[in-house]
Amino acid sequence: MPEVTLVEAINLALARAMTEDPTVLVLGEDVGVNGGVFRATVGLQQRFGADRVIDTPLAELLISGLCVGMAAQGLCPVGEIQFMGFLYPCIDQLVNHASRLRNRTQGKLSCPMVLRTPHGGGIRAPEHHSEATEAMLAHIPGLRVVVASSPERAYGLLLAAIRDPDPVIFLEPTRIYRAVKGEVEDNGEALPLDVAFILREGRDVTLISWGALVKETLAAAQELAADGIAAEVIDLATLKPYDAETVLASVAKTGRCVIIHEAARTGGFGAEIAALLAERGLLNLLAPVKRVTGYDTVMPLPRLEQAYLPSVARITAAAREVCQFG
Amino acid sequence: MLKRASSEETLPVIAHFEVHRRAYLAPDGTVLRQPPDFAADTDLLISFYRAMVLARTFDLKAVSLQRTGRLGTYAVSLGQEAAAVGIASAMRPEDVLLPSYRDNGALIWRGVKLEDILTYWGGDERGSRSSGPVHDFPYCIPVASQAPHAAGVAYAFKFKKEPRVAVCLFGDGATSKGDLWEAMNFAGVHKLPVVFVANNNQWAISVPLKLQTAAQTLAQKSIAAGFYGEQVDGNDVIAVRAAAEEAMTAARAGQGPRFIEALTYRLSDHTTADDAARYRPPEEVQARWREEPIARLRAYLVSKQAWGKSQEEELVADCQRQVDAAVERYLATTPRPPETMFDHLYAELPTAYIGQREEVAGASHA
Repeated sequence: MPEVTLVEAINLALARAMTEDPTVLVLGEDVGVNGGVFRATVGLQQRFGADRVIDTPLAELLISGLCVGMAAQGLCPVGEIQFMGFLYPCIDQLVNHASRLRNRTQGKLSCPMVLRTPHGGGIRAPEHHSEATEAMLAHIPGLRVVVASSPERAYGLLLAAIRDPDPVIFLEPTRIYRAVKGEVEDNGEALPLDVAFILREGRDVTLISWGALVKETLAAAQELAADGIAAEVIDLATLKPYDAETVLASVAKTGRCVIIHEAARTGGFGAEIAALLAERGLLNLLAPVKRVTGYDTVMPLPRLEQAYLPSVARITAAAREVCQFG
Repeated sequence: MLKRASSEETLPVIAHFEVHRRAYLAPDGTVLRQPPDFAADTDLLISFYRAMVLARTFDLKAVSLQRTGRLGTYAVSLGQEAAAVGIASAMRPEDVLLPSYRDNGALIWRGVKLEDILTYWGGDERGSRSSGPVHDFPYCIPVASQAPHAAGVAYAFKFKKEPRVAVCLFGDGATSKGDLWEAMNFAGVHKLPVVFVANNNQWAISVPLKLQTAAQTLAQKSIAAGFYGEQVDGNDVIAVRAAAEEAMTAARAGQGPRFIEALTYRLSDHTTADDAARYRPPEEVQARWREEPIARLRAYLVSKQAWGKSQEEELVADCQRQVDAAVERYLATTPRPPETMFDHLYAELPTAYIGQREEVAGASHA
């Protein structure tokens, strides 16, 4: 099986979806001739034509709104927002339209669209290019929010997102677009949405993460193993709706949980998981739930971003702390 | 014309723009200019007239239902019936309407049942399921946010090579929003089959047009997007219909988008929750009643000896009957079970939310 980077896996999934289904369209800024600023759409316009791979004007609200209109007419648009920091003009379209078109027409119209955007920091990018604001999106009823964390899952989950009959926000971890490689067979097989992936089994502590930080979380688990702590690593993968049962079952086994995300702590998605454990997993807990997250600050510019982003050391420290209980 | 403030240096003029205005009937129903050929078909004009009177009868009834606690907040279209009917009547069933919340007359023309409109404003999603064409969009509440949808729909038509048109209706306030500009700009680039219609009723709740824009017309906003826009007398149904037909024919023929500014006036409050007396003088409204579209068309039809007192009486009674029957059906609607709020959230309810649905169902059946 060929080894590909995460961004190459995205490209493979897009090409596969466009080959299989003539209603799949890709649209966004610089996605055509240039192949996207991260090259996720490279070669697609040459292969599928400018009417299926649309270089839009520089207007993010438009990209999301076009997707709604196209989707209502039976197309399957895959919009790209160049950086997550530029996604906010789309919030109106996502909250007021994409996520509720099916409901407000009682099933008459629907919105099978995907909005892809790079997610997170750590690439020394300019201001506004390193956001991780997935919790804002995961709060919107009617949406799906999916975060890829490896080439295999990027490929399989993006295919699933494109084939899903409802709107999906697909977040791609910028920092590991090229930093990780994995074997991906371009066989058109999707992975399930709404399902968390257990990447490593362990009995002592559950580490839950998503996106680029899955890499550090796995590294932390490796380090902990050397000290005799067996960490279970869960890639949540779909944040909305998320797989509560897998989380609860894991914590029932380990009794300890550390949640790791880049986003600011307050109201971050880790808070949702902590609340889930408080509501439905409390009696299985041997230790307080810990969160290793970005801080409640503005995402710093590159000189300080490493101080902001959760590190392997912060994850192992938190895991060791909860392992001292019970 | 907009001139440079300073003219120390003579610069060459590199572009010229003009904005046309279309009107055939004067406010008193007399003819200003020879109307287009279709206006010779008095049966067609009478069908417009009927639709306008029905829309108004419905509007007034909806207000009285709201005032007596039997309907939620309602957006009244009083005075804008010609714009709604003129546009909608030029559409084909397969075209897609993307209306704003004040376009009741257009929805009714498209076949949406009166009781459905009441059901929606009465607080039940089943009302926007739309008994009209299955592909039409429901009312858009966030102003101008349906404009990008119209561009997307039109892109789909072009992509699928279907000779259909997307028709996007909005008010003057919408022309201040970037949504509309982004949609128009894209539609211009791709020559999309979409018609943008601004119902310029002079007021966005309490904000008058002069505080929305310094532009001389709204029609000229399409010039920057690279396509033709014109202003029509929005109280002259013949003018609106002519502009709409021309725009849709052009769009269907692949000539790209058009913009129509229908100059009209909101004779009512913004909605039933609004009191326009707080911000505009009654004299202004009084004066505008002299230009309203229904009396104008009636005067024209009477002058053509195509309409008379007995027909008018019959029509008024017929509209009243239709509206009353719809109100009866609306009031007989039983509430849907609370757990149905989950029914159309997703194509299939994710497992994660089944418990919540059961919680709602349990509470309501307890």
